[in-house]
Amino acid sequence: MSDKSEEVAIKVQNVSKDFKFDSSRAGTLKSMFTGIFKGSGSKSVKKQHALKKVSFEVKKGEFFGIVGRNGSGKSTLLKMMAGIYQPTKGNIEVNGRLVPFIELGVGFNPELTGKENVYLNGALLNFSEKEIDKFYNEVVEFAELEDFMDKQLKNYSSGMQVRLAFSMAIRAKADTLLIDEVLAVGDADFQRKCFGYFNLLKKTKTTVVFVSHDMEAVRQYCDRAIMIEDGKALTAGSVEKIAQAYIKQFNQPENFQLPEENEENRWGDGKVTIDDFDVRVNEAEINFKQTIKAHKDTDGVIAGIRIKNSAGDHITGTNTKLQREIIDGLKKGQSLVIEWKMPNVLADGSYQIDSALTYPDEITVYDWREEFVDFDVVKTRRLPYSVDPGFNLTVHREK
Amino acid sequence: MKWVHYSYLIMQTARYYSTGALAFGQFLLARGKTGKITLVEKLRQRYRYSLILLKQLVITDFKLRYQGSVLGYVWSLLRPLAIFAVLYIVFDKFLRLGRDIEFFPVYLLLGIVLWNYFVEVTSNSVNAIVGKGDLIRKINFPKYVIILAGSFSALINLGINMVVIAFFMWLSGVQVTSLILWLPLILAELFIFSLALAFLLSALFVKFRDVTYIWEVALQAGFYATPIIYPLALVPGDAAKYLILSPLAQIIQDARYVLVTTQTTTMDQLYSEAWVRLLPLAVVAVFSLISVIYFKKRSKYFAEEV
Repeated sequence: MSDKSEEVAIKVQNVSKDFKFDSSRAGTLKSMFTGIFKGSGSKSVKKQHALKKVSFEVKKGEFFGIVGRNGSGKSTLLKMMAGIYQPTKGNIEVNGRLVPFIELGVGFNPELTGKENVYLNGALLNFSEKEIDKFYNEVVEFAELEDFMDKQLKNYSSGMQVRLAFSMAIRAKADTLLIDEVLAVGDADFQRKCFGYFNLLKKTKTTVVFVSHDMEAVRQYCDRAIMIEDGKALTAGSVEKIAQAYIKQFNQPENFQLPEENEENRWGDGKVTIDDFDVRVNEAEINFKQTIKAHKDTDGVIAGIRIKNSAGDHITGTNTKLQREIIDGLKKGQSLVIEWKMPNVLADGSYQIDSALTYPDEITVYDWREEFVDFDVVKTRRLPYSVDPGFNLTVHREK
Repeated sequence: MKWVHYSYLIMQTARYYSTGALAFGQFLLARGKTGKITLVEKLRQRYRYSLILLKQLVITDFKLRYQGSVLGYVWSLLRPLAIFAVLYIVFDKFLRLGRDIEFFPVYLLLGIVLWNYFVEVTSNSVNAIVGKGDLIRKINFPKYVIILAGSFSALINLGINMVVIAFFMWLSGVQVTSLILWLPLILAELFIFSLALAFLLSALFVKFRDVTYIWEVALQAGFYATPIIYPLALVPGDAAKYLILSPLAQIIQDARYVLVTTQTTTMDQLYSEAWVRLLPLAVVAVFSLISVIYFKKRSKYFAEEV
């Protein structure tokens, strides 16, 4: 504790980042001139606050996690730490050499051979030709590409490219590594290699900043973490503390924004319409509320919902008829709310709802809204499937 | 008339010493004190990354340039030869513009080669930063390296073209004099002027996509406003006096003067005032300064804007 500055690898102080969007998407001199004549040069510019006053410190030798959902601002934060973006306000101090891995195989050119790409990528990772000469054979061996190095990269399979990029990446010499979660995407074999590399980094006490929306991975490797949501640093501290905050934060009721409708995802005669749809997720239960309204007198209505996973497969669904609930004829102007409840057996991930109203024949449609509402289920454990019923495991061993 | 030649030499020295200083200044500013000042180990350490990158980018650029073409690198030689053949037939045989100038074919070729270097550096630079957008968004590196790499790779091309010129000089029986010692300085001025415009254009293009079209037209106009295919002596009245003020006209005419024939009309025949003779250099200096400052200021935001 004597000399604190010595121990800090990265110091982020009060960092804010705004992105400016010129609604006319600038790019031409014309917009500049018309802007002058209208006398409203700055009015068409929209600002988006990607980060708001974020502060934290990463200590040397620490495996530090940044957790947050997509669009929370965590990648922007990473890019600023890497020096790719400049903070609008605040200050980022980096001690020692820092290498970012926002993507594997930066600078790879499909027209060049594998060997040429190794030297180009190596240069971006600050290796001189002489240095690469020394470990070139090891890189090729590790990537298992001995017979392909003189072939153009465009003839490689994506797996081969990733292997080559990865065996270059683990060579990077740095005091601090910034690693984006996309690195751990790939087949199971590659993930194992990645996590093996993480373990090595932990053992060698390399400072690592790891950005992920995967709480489980963060829990497994990080010593400390920070949680980013909506551009703000919500909590920082031990991984367990973050994990709890994470679950709490994302299983709270949210205000869902209904998507803009277009002809492709909505159809029907419109005699009865679905006007609102609300999803509430907590750890135990998922609750849907469907608000419908009749615009003409009708005979009867069947209301249904369907849940899709992020791959677009229908996982489950039901309707009022299947639930033996009969909704009789509605009078013009009459509206009602249908509430559906299900135990939260969905696995960690993003889901979409299709919601529909049909005539009693189940064929003619009043109102069909495809991919009407998005919602997330957040759990500490990840499963490669859509249903997580909460398995219990006991191993019985013979004595 | 020995003193005339003497004063010319003094003028040239002044001109190119200031160019040299400018080059150094540009190194200090744009490349952030990088580069070839390898004498100082400390500096080399500091700019190690830029140098490694620069080398790889030039190599890559050269490898990719003629990839997929049957004749490959031979095109570096064939292209200027073919263009030269066309222009020679049109302007020397049909229009007979160069009948008063000795070694007109070589004179013509030198002008074309230098002009092509300028075109290559500047027009490739326009899209250089935007074209590398993917890279810029993924890793932080000194952006000027991209522009510098484009400049050096064109310089290699220029070197090859100069070999072709040397061959034609030998073929036409051009006498090489000690004036050739000025050539490196003249080429340095060309290098710096082209580089300065490359910095400016590439950075402007990130914000204003009109730059491509504007520059295309500017180059077309520049081609005719520069005495490349016609001898400056043929330009009537005061027009020649204005044309020579452009750095490119001055560079091309000076290069012809020192390499091909002293019949070339240079600055010194058109102006007697010393300060006017420094005008093209002043233009280069001002452009370099503006470009470097602008590029340096904008390069921080390339990642967000490309």
